[in-house]
Amino acid sequence: MDQIIGNIGLLFEFPVVNLKIIIDGIMIGALFALSAYGLALVWGVMNVKNLAQGDFVIAGGYVAWSMANVGIHPFIGIPAAFVVMWGIGWLTYKLVIKRVIERDLFTSLLATFGLAIMFAQILNLMFGSDTQSIDLGYATLHLGPGGFIDVPISKLIGVVVALSLAFGVILFMKRSRMGQAIRATAQDARAARVLGIDTDKVYAFTFSLNSAICGAAGAIIVMAWVIQPFYGITYSVRAFVIVTAAGLGNLPGVIAAGLGIGALEQYGAHIFGIGYQQAIAVLLLLLVLFIRLLQQRRNRQVLQ
Amino acid sequence: MGIFKTVGISLAATGALLASGLVTASPAMAEECETITLGAAISLTGKYATNGVHAKNGYEYAFQKIKDNGGIMVAGKCYNFSAIYYDDESKGDRGATLAERLINQDNIQYMLGPYSSGLTKAIAPVTEQYKIPMVEAEGASRSLFNKGYKYLFAVLSTSEQYLASAITLAAEQAEKEGKDPKSVRVAIAVENDPFSLDIRAGVQEDAKKYGMQVILDEKLPRDLSDMSAILTKVKLLKPDVLIVSGHSKGAATAVRQIGEQGISVPMIAVTHCEAADVVGNFGDAANDILCSTQWAETLSYEDPIFGTAAEYEVGFKEAFPEYTDKTVPYQTAQASAAVYVFKDAFERAGTLDKEAVRDAISETDLATFYGQIRFSEAGNNIAKPMVLRQIQDGKYNVVAPSEFASHKLNWPRN
Repeated sequence: MDQIIGNIGLLFEFPVVNLKIIIDGIMIGALFALSAYGLALVWGVMNVKNLAQGDFVIAGGYVAWSMANVGIHPFIGIPAAFVVMWGIGWLTYKLVIKRVIERDLFTSLLATFGLAIMFAQILNLMFGSDTQSIDLGYATLHLGPGGFIDVPISKLIGVVVALSLAFGVILFMKRSRMGQAIRATAQDARAARVLGIDTDKVYAFTFSLNSAICGAAGAIIVMAWVIQPFYGITYSVRAFVIVTAAGLGNLPGVIAAGLGIGALEQYGAHIFGIGYQQAIAVLLLLLVLFIRLLQQRRNRQVLQ
Repeated sequence: MGIFKTVGISLAATGALLASGLVTASPAMAEECETITLGAAISLTGKYATNGVHAKNGYEYAFQKIKDNGGIMVAGKCYNFSAIYYDDESKGDRGATLAERLINQDNIQYMLGPYSSGLTKAIAPVTEQYKIPMVEAEGASRSLFNKGYKYLFAVLSTSEQYLASAITLAAEQAEKEGKDPKSVRVAIAVENDPFSLDIRAGVQEDAKKYGMQVILDEKLPRDLSDMSAILTKVKLLKPDVLIVSGHSKGAATAVRQIGEQGISVPMIAVTHCEAADVVGNFGDAANDILCSTQWAETLSYEDPIFGTAAEYEVGFKEAFPEYTDKTVPYQTAQASAAVYVFKDAFERAGTLDKEAVRDAISETDLATFYGQIRFSEAGNNIAKPMVLRQIQDGKYNVVAPSEFASHKLNWPRN
């Protein structure tokens, strides 16, 4: 308890800490947002809750890492992870997701949970359980009084790439023909089918896109943080919190929620200790669900 | 009886001759030696496979080395070691089953340990039940040594000692600077798992002994990938020593972010630097960080079988060329040391009776290339200190304990 009070005290004693915490939070939050991005689509369009979300992220990280190991620049690893994970996502859709998409909630949860375990084990067998990371060797910017706020350039690049990818996807959804088809399918799959949209193709595309975005997120994470075969769950949990908070299919909301959760977690870690960082995320999930429940009660919606 | 005795003496004399250097003539003799079969369940597949194989190679190298040096002389008869290994797939329940099988079906009377504290914990109750002496080299958790096991012995230092020597080093350094060790302020960030909590307990105990103040004490989550929150606090509170333990992910995350955030603490001590390859991955950011290890090839320990620590390294690489480009891991060295303990105990017991061997092991006081080995009542080795190496220009140099150190400590770290 004393430690908690002391930690809160630090926030007031050194106001600059607040700024640093928020910046740290936004940097990691951008990556949380990106890994939640595809989930919002898959959940919204296909009503599949993909528990293997985080494992796609980590797999993408390993794609970039293996390429960096053979001397390819990590920046090329981002599009490469995007492409490779697109393929893996497509395969996963054809082999597994396609078969569970029409089934009830628990079938798809179980299937993706199984996928998550399988992905983690395959990565473990392929790359070993050691923590991996790519050091770009870029400097760190020191800002603020006494250079207290440090912004590693590699993280900055990661955030910029993550956000531009996110906006790219928003544009794609708004402007392109496929984007329209995805949105139509999300609104009413049967109607879309009647109007000549090949919904199976739309589903395959959406799932592959999700996997690809995750892959790119992983490629950024391996440059700015660290990855390990069993880290997927970290990103899965955050992705679920973010999508639940933002609402299905609400992409700008996902970005905002991602950044917010990143910052709140950092505050939680500062005040309660870093061991509770993930607990904060789960606590937020509960809170969001509770508020949603109250809202729904007010709206008197009918359960489907 | 008289005849037997003479034969015994003459054989013993031959053994002594062999040991004293006439080794080249030994092949003919060695073939006449009988075999003592040891048993081990060891992780050849699964998550501990890498280190399991390191340990097995250490056992095998020791068998060969002991054979080359005239074998084991028990009551005038010459023996060599061999072993039956089973793959425990890095799983505790499998390890326990295999231990039963070794004891009941293969009639193994003496066991070598598996890899990791978890596996040792699974196997120890079995060996205890059958009263089979087990000398293990790869299980460091101190929870292994508070269960009252009588047949379990460990050659390595227990986990609470891993970073405690950093506190001693910090105290020495403070005195050198003309300051009171009491003024040293310690920050601890360890993972919330049994191994790291042992480390934390050891550090806290020693800090208390010197009257140091622990100003930051945090537990890292299991899936740690970002510790900037903790490092921000470190920046504000400016401790004199920072202790981080969280397996290889802790080491990787800590070293990476310490570099990025420009954390300057005079002394930073971490576990698992080698496993995380912090030098290869983060280069300069790893400089001057202290890493704990059970053993290093630059230590000035030696014994008549393996020679010096450096000679062990050379000899092992000759026997196992796949290690040529790496440093020999300490997991291998301690496995060899465990075999050496058995040899020594058999010779002192003068019989193959497992109870007598157990008693002989408990009285071990052996200087080895791996360090001094002497067991406490509980079975852990209390004679060997933990070694601290500092990363100096990308190289791991031993800086503590000071009497065996090959290099001077760079202090303060920048």
